[in-house]
Amino acid sequence: MTAPTDQPVVSLDGVGKTFSRGDQETTVALEGIDLRIGRGEFVSLIGPSGCGKSTLLRVIGDLIHPTVGTVLVNGKPAARARLDRDYGMVFQAPVLFEWRTIAGNVELPLEILGKPAAERKDRAKEMLDLVDLGGFAGHSPSQLSGGMQQRVAIARALAFEPALLLMDEPFGALDEMTRERMNAEVLRIWERTGTTIVFVTHSIPEAVFLSSRVVVMSARPGRITKVIDIDLPRPRSEDTRESARYFELVTDVRESLRQRDGTAAGVASASRTMAEGVVG
Amino acid sequence: MATAAASVPSRSATAARGRGRGIWAVVGLVVIVLIAWEGVKFIGGTPWRSPGFIPGTPVIWNPPFRFPFASDLNLPHVWNIALIFFEPWQRGADRNVAQFLFDAALYTWKEAFLGFALGTLIGLALATAFVHSRWLERSFVPFVVASQTIPIIALSPLIVFALGAKNVVSIVVIATYLTFFPVTIAMIRGLRSFDPRAMELMRSYAASRNQIYWKLRLPASLPLLFVALKIAATASIVGAIIGESTGGINDGLGLVILTFNQYYITGPEKLWAAIIASGLLGITFYLLVSVVEHFALRGRTRLTLG
Repeated sequence: MTAPTDQPVVSLDGVGKTFSRGDQETTVALEGIDLRIGRGEFVSLIGPSGCGKSTLLRVIGDLIHPTVGTVLVNGKPAARARLDRDYGMVFQAPVLFEWRTIAGNVELPLEILGKPAAERKDRAKEMLDLVDLGGFAGHSPSQLSGGMQQRVAIARALAFEPALLLMDEPFGALDEMTRERMNAEVLRIWERTGTTIVFVTHSIPEAVFLSSRVVVMSARPGRITKVIDIDLPRPRSEDTRESARYFELVTDVRESLRQRDGTAAGVASASRTMAEGVVG
Repeated sequence: MATAAASVPSRSATAARGRGRGIWAVVGLVVIVLIAWEGVKFIGGTPWRSPGFIPGTPVIWNPPFRFPFASDLNLPHVWNIALIFFEPWQRGADRNVAQFLFDAALYTWKEAFLGFALGTLIGLALATAFVHSRWLERSFVPFVVASQTIPIIALSPLIVFALGAKNVVSIVVIATYLTFFPVTIAMIRGLRSFDPRAMELMRSYAASRNQIYWKLRLPASLPLLFVALKIAATASIVGAIIGESTGGINDGLGLVILTFNQYYITGPEKLWAAIIASGLLGITFYLLVSVVEHFALRGRTRLTLG
């Protein structure tokens, strides 16, 4: 990884995605997406259902091919980056393989990368310790709670040290208390590993609490309407959630979400904001 | 509180109790069948004599009616069927019916098992090809389905002719023919039964097609595979028995059924004993697959069959 530090990890230019079902019915899922994400950033994508935030995440991860536009990850086309194993994915459900133990699940990507057994074992232990599940290596997934399973999924995603962690509503299925604990957990991991994270959510408090930037999207067609810098001091803690600035930013994001119809001018200014918002 | 916690059964205890109930249900059903069987004979059977085959023993019960289907020829007494297992299988033979049937069943099972194994491999190979190629699936699945609409009774003489009479291979082929089908159909679904997000996960690791097959598709398909294997296990027994009776094989349950069928008039209990042996063989094979399933799917969600 000798890439220059000013090179964005993710760089999207004029990305659009149109799904066609049958002959006539087409859905414009994404339109005119321009976005740069710098190394070590924590960027949240937020928007109403159907705004294409999950699609955008999958476009970045090369799981969906865009209809138009270019997607560069670490300066490479997304497909190349996927083959280079630059991504780790975490979904809303843990998607653990029930026929494997917890450690076996964390080792899965390492197996696919062809790492030797001893290295896999050490690495899985290290990752499980990172998410505080060191004592559960030999358990089967069904023996763990939902929150614990999601932590295993994070450990698995980080096991091969991807440059970019893509998280698709990872805590959407958890209760509010667990979700807040997991938020603190993911921030701690992010601060320790320095991984760039793109995080899809529909929770405003979660987006503000975690992110360095929040990308607000609107639906039909899916567009970026606003990018909000979150200038809350780090490290963030439970006190952050009670600070005045936090509430201002939450209100800010909420109001941006309310203005559903971004006019052409609005989109243009949003793009400009983004261009300025490139973080080194 | 303590008593409430103590009375909550653990998961394994609940499972064990479920199994216990299942066994009692089977026993209960057998008892009901036996009672109905003898009840019909009580009302309309041949005059009852004491168990065994001593002619001229006194009549101990004379049923009020004479139903043809309940005569001793069509519906022997269950105790006479039970006793026949300890009689020589034919006059002067050194093995009794139980040993004779056991040896025959073992022989049939060996053929059936070969067919089962071969059919499973063929089914797996076909399903693997079909899930990787829509074109292959569309072209060949109709033929796979059509293959099973041909009665095996019509097909088995052809197979025996082609491979030579008295050839065990032809029996194995017939058993294979009956077993590859459930495995193919179940595995076309099974190999696609993975969580779609698990596939996205594998793609995000840039996993090869081979890795996806061995690490995701195949393990995810195991619950469905075992459903198919249980069907295949019993089908392979049926296939082997049919093959034996049409193939001129000098052993196995197929031949025994043929022989006892020919001598039905002189000993109807023997054919019933052979039917029971065939059923027990099928059940045993089924249970054997279930045991393997139990260990293979430890801690996983299981599909129940029937």
